[in-house]
Amino acid sequence: MDELYREHILDHYQHPRCKGTITDPDLSFEDANPLCGDRIRMDFRLDGDTLAEVRFSGHGCSISQAAASMLCEFVEGRKLEDIKKLGREDMLEMLGIELGPVRLKCALLALKTLKAGIYGVNQWPGEDEDEA
Amino acid sequence: MTDTRTGLAGAAESSSAAPVAAFDPAVIRADFPLISTPREKRLIYLDSAATSQKPLAVLDAMDRYYRNYNANIHRGVYRIAEEATAAYEDARRRFAKFVNAASPREVIFTRNSTEAINLVAYAWGRWQLKAGDAIVLTPMEHHSNLVPWHILAAERGIELRFIPLTGDGQLDVTALPGLMADGKVKLVSFVHVSNVLGTVNPAAEITRVAKEHGATVLVDASQSAAHMKLDVRAIGADFVACTAHKMLGPTGIGMLWGRRELLEAMPPFLGGGEMIREVHLTSSKWNELPWKFEAGTMAIAEAVGLGAAIAYLEKLGMDAVFAHDRDLSAYALERMTEIPGLRVLGPAADKRGGVVAFTLENVHPHDVATVLDSDGICVRAGHHCAMPLHDQLGIPASARASFHCYSLREEVDALVESLHRARKIFAR
Ligand SMILES: Cc1ncc(COP(=O)(O)O)c(C=O)c1O
Repeated sequence: MDELYREHILDHYQHPRCKGTITDPDLSFEDANPLCGDRIRMDFRLDGDTLAEVRFSGHGCSISQAAASMLCEFVEGRKLEDIKKLGREDMLEMLGIELGPVRLKCALLALKTLKAGIYGVNQWPGEDEDEA
Repeated sequence: MTDTRTGLAGAAESSSAAPVAAFDPAVIRADFPLISTPREKRLIYLDSAATSQKPLAVLDAMDRYYRNYNANIHRGVYRIAEEATAAYEDARRRFAKFVNAASPREVIFTRNSTEAINLVAYAWGRWQLKAGDAIVLTPMEHHSNLVPWHILAAERGIELRFIPLTGDGQLDVTALPGLMADGKVKLVSFVHVSNVLGTVNPAAEITRVAKEHGATVLVDASQSAAHMKLDVRAIGADFVACTAHKMLGPTGIGMLWGRRELLEAMPPFLGGGEMIREVHLTSSKWNELPWKFEAGTMAIAEAVGLGAAIAYLEKLGMDAVFAHDRDLSAYALERMTEIPGLRVLGPAADKRGGVVAFTLENVHPHDVATVLDSDGICVRAGHHCAMPLHDQLGIPASARASFHCYSLREEVDALVESLHRARKIFAR
C-alpha cells in the first residue's frame, strides 16, 4: 500500500506544479467527483493550436490532486491534437499505481476536467472501455 | 397468527430473556461470522453507522424461511403460507414492542428509513402541506431527511427552516420557538442521533416544543433505534423512521412508526396489491392499517431477519448496547487527542453515541481511509450523506469510525496506531 503513496505522488500532492488560476483564460472548466467531494478547476490559455498555459485549483485527496499536477505539467506546451489522444491508460501510467474502482475516479478527475474543458467531452475517461 | 411451529424458532425466540449478566463484546463477536471468522489479513470493522454486521441468528432465521416455509404472505391458505404470514407479522409485533408502539398496526414496513421518510413526505406531506407553509429541519440531517422535503418544497412552495447548531455540534433548541412563532410551521423533522457528529438530540424536548406550536413531528431514528432504547410514545412524535440494516438486521427493510389516527386518516402511498380491500375497474378501497401502506409483495425474508435481530438486541439489552457504544466513543476521543492535527467533529462523549468523525491535518479523509484500509481497518470517508453539515463545518469531507455491540477497545487502539502511521506518511 505504501506503494499508493509513492514518493512522486506525495511530491506532486505536497508541491503541486501548475497550481493556481489564470486571469482572463481562453477556456476554463470545473468538475467534481460527487462521491468524495474532490473538486478540480482548470484554466487554459491557448496559442494557436498549442496549450500555452494551464493552471489547476481545487481540493481533494492526494491521488486526485497529484494526478492534476502531473497531468498539467505534462500537457502544458503541447499541441491540442496530441492532448486529445491522451487516455485513461496514459494517466494511470503517469501515476504508476494500481487503483481500485473508487480511487480510480479520483485518479481520472483531472483528465476528465481537462478533456471537458478543451473539447467538451464530458464523460469519465475510459467509460466506453468499461462498457465493452 | 400466534403459531410458532418449527422453522420459526429464530424469529419467535423468547424476547423476555434476561439481559446477559456481563456485556462482553469479545463473547458477542463470536455470534458474528464476518468478523469472527479468521482471515488471512485482519479485518477491523469500524463502519457500523453505515451498516451493522449480522449475527448468525439473523442469517439462520432468513435461511430457515427460504428453506422451510418460503411462500407469499396474506394469500395462501396452505400451511407454509400461514407460517410465512405468522413470521412476517411476528416481526412487526416484535418491532412494535421494541419501540413501545401502542399497537403493531402503527408499524409499516418499508424498504429502509429513506422510504419511510418519503412515505411521510408523499402521503402525509402532499395531503397536508400547501404554499406558504414551512417545515423545520436541522443542518445535521442525512440527505434522506432533506431531499424529500426539497422536492416537496419546490413542488408546493414551502419554506424550509433550520434549527441552528451550537459550536460543539448540538442543536440550539432554544431557537425553535422563534422559528415557529409565525405559526407557519406544519412539520418539524429531525434526526435523533446524528450519523456524523454522533450527537444525541433531545427528541422529547424538541417534540414537545414543536407540538406546543401545533406542528406534526417526524423523527429520523435510523441511528438511535440500532443503539439505544427507543420509546416512540415517550418521545411523543407522530412519525419515527428506522432501518433494519443498522440494527443487526438485513438490508431491504425499514420501519415507519406512525400515530394510528394519523395513519388512518392519511391517503395511501404506493398503490397495488395487498394495500386494497376492494378493487373495481375505475376505483378501489384501501385496506386497513398497516397493510394500506404495504403495496406489493414485501420483503418477507428480511422481516424474518429483522425479527431475529430484535430478539438478539433484546437479549443484549439496549441500555447495555448504548453504554458500550458510549464507552468506546469516550475511549476513542481520549486516545485520538494524542494524535497531532486530529480534530474530532461533534460534542463531548457524554453527549454522543458510538460515532466519531474526524479530520486529520494535511491528510485528506480519503487518504486516511486508504491508509487504514491497508491496515485492515474499515472506516468511512466522505460527506456521509450530510453535505450541508460539512459545508457548515467548513470542511469538504471527514473520516468516520463507528461502533456496535461487537466493537472492541483493541480495535480503537489499532485505529489510533494506524492514524499515527497515516500522519507520518504525509508528514515528509
Ligand atoms: C441518520 C440517518 N438517516 C437516514 C439514513 C438512511 O438510511 P437508509 O439508507 O437505510 O434509508 C441513515 C443511514 O445512512 C442515517 O444514518
